[in-house]
Amino acid sequence: MQISDEEVLHIAKLARLNLPENEIQNYKKNLEEILEFADTINKVDTANIGETIGINENYNVFRKDEIIQNSNKDELLSNAPSQDEGMFRIPKVIN
Amino acid sequence: MEIYELTVHELVDKLEKKELTSEQIVKSYLKRIDEKEKDVQAFVTQSGEKTLEKAREIDSKREKGEKISNLAGIPIGIKDNMCTKGEKTTCSSKMLENFVSPYDATVIEKLNNEELISLGKLNMDEFAMGGSTEYSYFHPTHNPWNLNKVPGGSSGGSAAAVAANLVPWAIGSDTGGSIRQPSSLCGVVGLKPTYGLVSRYGLVAFASSLDQIGPITKDVEDSAILLNIIAGHDPKDSTSMNKEKKDYTKALVRDVKGLKIGLPKEFIGEGINEEVKEAILETAKKYEELGATVEECSLDIGKEALAVYYIIACAEASSNLGRFDGIRYGYRSEKFNNLREIYINSRTEGFGPEVKRRIMLGTYVLSSGYYDAYYKKAQKVRTVIRNEYQKLFEKYDLILTPTSPTVAFGIGEKSNNPLEMYLADICTVPVNIAGLPGMSIPVSVDKSGMPIGVQLVGKHFDEETIFRAAYTLEQEVKFRENYKPEFKK
Repeated sequence: MQISDEEVLHIAKLARLNLPENEIQNYKKNLEEILEFADTINKVDTANIGETIGINENYNVFRKDEIIQNSNKDELLSNAPSQDEGMFRIPKVIN
Repeated sequence: MEIYELTVHELVDKLEKKELTSEQIVKSYLKRIDEKEKDVQAFVTQSGEKTLEKAREIDSKREKGEKISNLAGIPIGIKDNMCTKGEKTTCSSKMLENFVSPYDATVIEKLNNEELISLGKLNMDEFAMGGSTEYSYFHPTHNPWNLNKVPGGSSGGSAAAVAANLVPWAIGSDTGGSIRQPSSLCGVVGLKPTYGLVSRYGLVAFASSLDQIGPITKDVEDSAILLNIIAGHDPKDSTSMNKEKKDYTKALVRDVKGLKIGLPKEFIGEGINEEVKEAILETAKKYEELGATVEECSLDIGKEALAVYYIIACAEASSNLGRFDGIRYGYRSEKFNNLREIYINSRTEGFGPEVKRRIMLGTYVLSSGYYDAYYKKAQKVRTVIRNEYQKLFEKYDLILTPTSPTVAFGIGEKSNNPLEMYLADICTVPVNIAGLPGMSIPVSVDKSGMPIGVQLVGKHFDEETIFRAAYTLEQEVKFRENYKPEFKK
């Protein structure tokens, strides 16, 4: 299993992580090792076998579309690193 | 005997007979924590003195004859990935170091309804990713049997706290063995219930199709009592099953006659430590003497299950952990010029190396071009693994395996080799893949004095048969009477 430096950086970008230059090789090695091990599954015959998505028989669990007040706005905002007038504060997005 | 040495059912007995008060119980634990926590380091947050106030309140209610739960005033410890209103829930991560949940997890509500008293939040591998509790952002936890060894993980703080008598019982969570493996390594009883039996609402998500909350206790009876409290359908968790409520303590029967137990040869073969293997065979022999049938069988899916696990768990984790963006809650980096940099720098600085490793792997297997080869294929192999168990359960009531291939390893021994650390989960992971219930029960210690646990796996929603077999075994081996942690340095 070979992964290129570019691929590692592409995955990091998708995951919104910043990998310093000196850690790329380390991540690459870890990924390669684990993916090589993960290849074990390709030896399993899965012709005509469906995918398991959820593990129990629950399927399409619905509830009534009712309005319930189950949390308090101020409490939910209290963990925000930055907030203003009942809203999450972020840097300007549109110039 | 000290109060902190008693099991919960013994404490309840003494509360009922008015031989003890809740205040005495809580005091005993606070004193014990004061003495031993510096060696074990099981806690992230301690509740401290305020617990005494609560205990006195309950004592006065009990004194006045008010209607309260028979468990009211019993202390408990909580793994730090379950949301507790008004208290920190850190997941042992820098990302959530200062996070105070605005609501209680459903299991916490259930504990509160019984008026249990939380002694604090217990250490874990960051976001429950790990098998040694060394990946906690705050500090590692030490195994009470030998302080130079890991307690296992990810619920290492919970298992170590119960083993060291810092709490009488605890709740943990198990995605690939995180309740059972530390319970085995610390010589306590750990149960991962069937997927869907206990609500996951308010449990910080790691891998949603695998996560399950369960009890870590001193003995099997306490495990049944705690499961009685936390089990049940919850409309807030669409994967929780609407089943009839059971009283698991009714399954605590000392009788295994006629029970059919399968012993998969692959789980006592290559890679399993000799002394662990001996303990399993000894357990099998005991069950036969007690009237059960134990038969060698084949379950050749260990490696495949582990591969499926690391694909599915990491894929789900990379998706679940996408919510940590530095905007609504959690850590925000101070270095940013725009929105995108908030995301990237907050995640880069807030997550530890193992969490990042798994996010990377999960992102990779879900990325365009690899999805079919890894994720989709893994979901198909997951079906194959379920079918293999199903076949075995047509013949057997229970499956007996080791919980962990080895006893507790040294702190620092495996933390630099992720793949080797992952291989330690080989006995527990397949059970999560198939959504089955599994329990680790301590049976003996190895030459160095470290505990060995055996794992009993049952059919979906058949925790009762596990309880019955585990209870019977426990009465035979008398682990708690024969062995005690020595806090070796």
